Amino acid sequence: MNPLGYFRSAVLRLFRRAEISEDVDAELRSHLEHRADDLERGGMDRAEAERLARIEFGARERYKEESYEALGGNFVQTAVQDVRFSGRVLRKSPGFAIAAVVTLALAIGANSVVFAVLNGLFLRPLNVSHSQDLYSLQRGNDPYIVQSYPDYVDLRDRNRSFDGLAAYTILQAGFDTGKNPSHVWLYGVSGNYFDVLGVQPYLGRFVHASDEHGLNSAPYIVLSYSYWHSHFQDDAGVVGRQVRLNKHPFTILGVAPPEFRGTLLFFSPDFFIPMVNQQQLAGWTDLNARGNRWVFEVLGHLKPGVTRTEAAADLSSIGAYLQKAYPKDDDQASFILVRPGLHGNFFAPAMRAFLTGLMLLAGLILLAACANLGSLFAARAADRSREVALRLALGSSRTRILRQLFTEAVLISLAGGAAGLWGGVIVLHWLSGWKPFPEFPMNIPVNPDATVYVVALLLALISGLLFGAVPVRQVLRTNPYEVVKAGSTARMGRGIAVRDVLLVVQIAICAVLVTSSMVAVRGLARSMHTNLGIEPQNAMLVDTDLEMAGYKGDEVPAMQKRMIDAMATIPGVSAVGLVDIPPLHMGWAVSNVFSEKATDFRPSNAVAQVISYRVSPEYFKAAGTVLLTGRNFSWNDDRHVPNVAVVNREFASKVLGSATDAVGKHYKMPDGTRVEVVGIVEDGKYTANIAEDPQPAMFLSILQIPASDTWMVIRTNLDMGRDSQQVASAIRSRLRGLDAGLPSFIQTWDEEMNGALFGSRMATASLGVLGVMGAMLSITGIFGMAAYSVSRRLKELGIRVALGAQRREVLAAALGRAFKLLAFGSAAGLVLGLLATKVLAFIVYEASPRDPLVLCGVVLAMALLGLVATWIPAQRALQVNPLALLREE
Amino acid sequence: MGDQAQLLPGTLDLLILKAVSLGPLHGYGVLLRIGQISGSALLIEQGALYPALFRLVRQGLLKASWGISDNNRRAKFYELTTPGRKRLREEQDGWNRLAAAMTSALAARPEEV
Repeated sequence: MNPLGYFRSAVLRLFRRAEISEDVDAELRSHLEHRADDLERGGMDRAEAERLARIEFGARERYKEESYEALGGNFVQTAVQDVRFSGRVLRKSPGFAIAAVVTLALAIGANSVVFAVLNGLFLRPLNVSHSQDLYSLQRGNDPYIVQSYPDYVDLRDRNRSFDGLAAYTILQAGFDTGKNPSHVWLYGVSGNYFDVLGVQPYLGRFVHASDEHGLNSAPYIVLSYSYWHSHFQDDAGVVGRQVRLNKHPFTILGVAPPEFRGTLLFFSPDFFIPMVNQQQLAGWTDLNARGNRWVFEVLGHLKPGVTRTEAAADLSSIGAYLQKAYPKDDDQASFILVRPGLHGNFFAPAMRAFLTGLMLLAGLILLAACANLGSLFAARAADRSREVALRLALGSSRTRILRQLFTEAVLISLAGGAAGLWGGVIVLHWLSGWKPFPEFPMNIPVNPDATVYVVALLLALISGLLFGAVPVRQVLRTNPYEVVKAGSTARMGRGIAVRDVLLVVQIAICAVLVTSSMVAVRGLARSMHTNLGIEPQNAMLVDTDLEMAGYKGDEVPAMQKRMIDAMATIPGVSAVGLVDIPPLHMGWAVSNVFSEKATDFRPSNAVAQVISYRVSPEYFKAAGTVLLTGRNFSWNDDRHVPNVAVVNREFASKVLGSATDAVGKHYKMPDGTRVEVVGIVEDGKYTANIAEDPQPAMFLSILQIPASDTWMVIRTNLDMGRDSQQVASAIRSRLRGLDAGLPSFIQTWDEEMNGALFGSRMATASLGVLGVMGAMLSITGIFGMAAYSVSRRLKELGIRVALGAQRREVLAAALGRAFKLLAFGSAAGLVLGLLATKVLAFIVYEASPRDPLVLCGVVLAMALLGLVATWIPAQRALQVNPLALLREE
Repeated sequence: MGDQAQLLPGTLDLLILKAVSLGPLHGYGVLLRIGQISGSALLIEQGALYPALFRLVRQGLLKASWGISDNNRRAKFYELTTPGRKRLREEQDGWNRLAAAMTSALAARPEEV
């Protein structure tokens, strides 16, 4: 029969179900009447004849059903029947249904949240056209993807592989529409940025390459949609309006479309300005310095037909040219292509490894939930073996019964999936709206999309089929005559064995989760107590950029001194220091350093790459950094005396060869400046990753190398938990007294530190949540198993008690197996968990799995779990009343 | 579950085709005709006839239409289609070969081996 015809008849049948049913009925009725006519002719009276005809016909309903099937494709009707029947069955045992749905909802919810984060950060491409061939450049073997502006221009103009290369940087500025300036974050973009990405304006026009004519030639602003929406109330009249950024006049050109939120996934700017004009906002912008790499990211679309390797080779040949032409600045200039949006390979690999690990754990949770539900279903099927046997005896086919059991499982899994996804979406919306760092417009763009919904649905269906499949063998083996004869207590030995395996697997999974969350918590606790080289407690940070208020040249240090002096008059303040970027901040400066005798300042000749700070004389005191030997900076270390530096111990031993007699030694900066080391401070943590290895760091005098964007560190002898509001308002009023037009950002140092601890906190929180979920699943799993085995063996236990068994023996008989399984599963899980935590060490500081406290903790936790889970069944086993039991039977 | 159709699979279909090939019949009529042509030697459970009839209709071997029977009652009449006639011939040949082979096999005597 041709498939089209079959399909048509199936569809027709679906819509003409009543008609067909009527037709079959009429035909069968006609048969009975004809038969009755015959019988009547043989001398029977009509009623008797009809009765006999019906008997002779056989099981009418069954033949009717088989007729339907013979007519082809009544799958849908059967499915509808199954769903109705399953609904009725589940309504009859609401406890079971709710437990199953909640279990699955938790597991599916966890999976969809983790998957959505993975999807939002790694799987979903940037929201621009043709994003599959959009790549950004990274220098080979260098985790940073920054470039210098002249290098960017050379790469852009000389390559043959890209349809244009765009660049952007991240800036902050004081934005002034007439009232007091507000603090904004923006991208400085190359003129071709929007054209290369293929973004179309929502309103007005974008900046184009033709707008640029050298330094400060394009004072234009393109607003992001969200900033336009929130700060200009969707006013279409903003196009063409004059505003001021750091006191410089700019013109608003247009508004970007709502779906375009910049090219760094987790950092959406308030607006965009041309890169050539960003010197007006950030003094460090030098369009000609080839050694000064401040261009944050360079990216573009590959030309059609050009592969990644070809493009990398093309860029590297430009790199070879640059290396030859500018040996001092462009050493080892080979290039690779990386996915845009996450700042190259800087932290993406660690994050991806962690998220993949988390996804695996979440998958394990789901598997554990399936194991749990599988054993619940198996237990249920065993309890329903009588029903199954009866249905078989009454002529139902095994396939039909299995299909109905599967419908039940899928119904539960879909309900669980829907509930889990609903919860997951709430969490994800909250997560997307969450700004973990109040001073940055940073968020985690993890709003669910169609992929997430589809994955959740698939997971739900797969798990439904998985746990629905557990009791299949049991049903297939059911022998109706045996069961009906012997009653429901007929042996079901094999089924229990399958459940045992499932339970061990589940306990092992739980132990893995508990182990990893404990390792993470321990690591976090330790990272809190590690020596940071600073004392964040009871200190305030004030971030200001004097450039935003129009200060220039010598006005900057003078104003900074006035600010320091003003802060020192606040009651309770013991020291005030300045630093260009505080340690453990989201950004940091690195510099190459050279030996004293160096004459060739190529990067490959550098002794080390060190983290570099510019600080004021009181900084070490204010920050709580201990000076080991030598002297501190003084207000006399200014531009009239030779350059001096304070270095950390790691710097002293790595660059100067010795930690003890480094004071008085010299080294050179990349520009050839000779620097004398005058003091040595303790090592600390510097980059935004608290798990970093010891790094060499140098502190230069801010009086010798000025910076306008600085953080004041204000050390107090007050309790910041109590007095921070008061101190902050004192700081604010004194700043206003000095200059009302200077935007500032005030917070406690502890708050600022959240950034550095963000990774390990998130890791710990997510692992903690998964650990708790795993524990809950294990408890319900063990509880179910123990309760089931006690209830099955109640009679046996009663006999034991009657024969004089002690409490201990009764318990051993009732729960020995559960405990054996628990011990076995925990041991397996512990070993696996210790192996898995190696992944954790990337993110969580000192996440060492070989920690006796963790080992003891896991064992204790699992024992506790077992105790909690078996408590009620144990009580029940102990309270067995042999008399009552024996009477009942 | 004991089931006559399982005893000799396919025979019921063949019997129905043969019965209908002798002239259009309604369901009960098919049953009577089979009883008649087999000398009442073959017993078919009445209900089992209908799934088989519907299957044959779906395969396009039979076609059905409502009409009035000799008893002056509404009944659905079945008749062979062209593919049905062809199938009947094939099945009949197949059956004859099988029956001949079985007969000769079962009639074998020791000296013939």
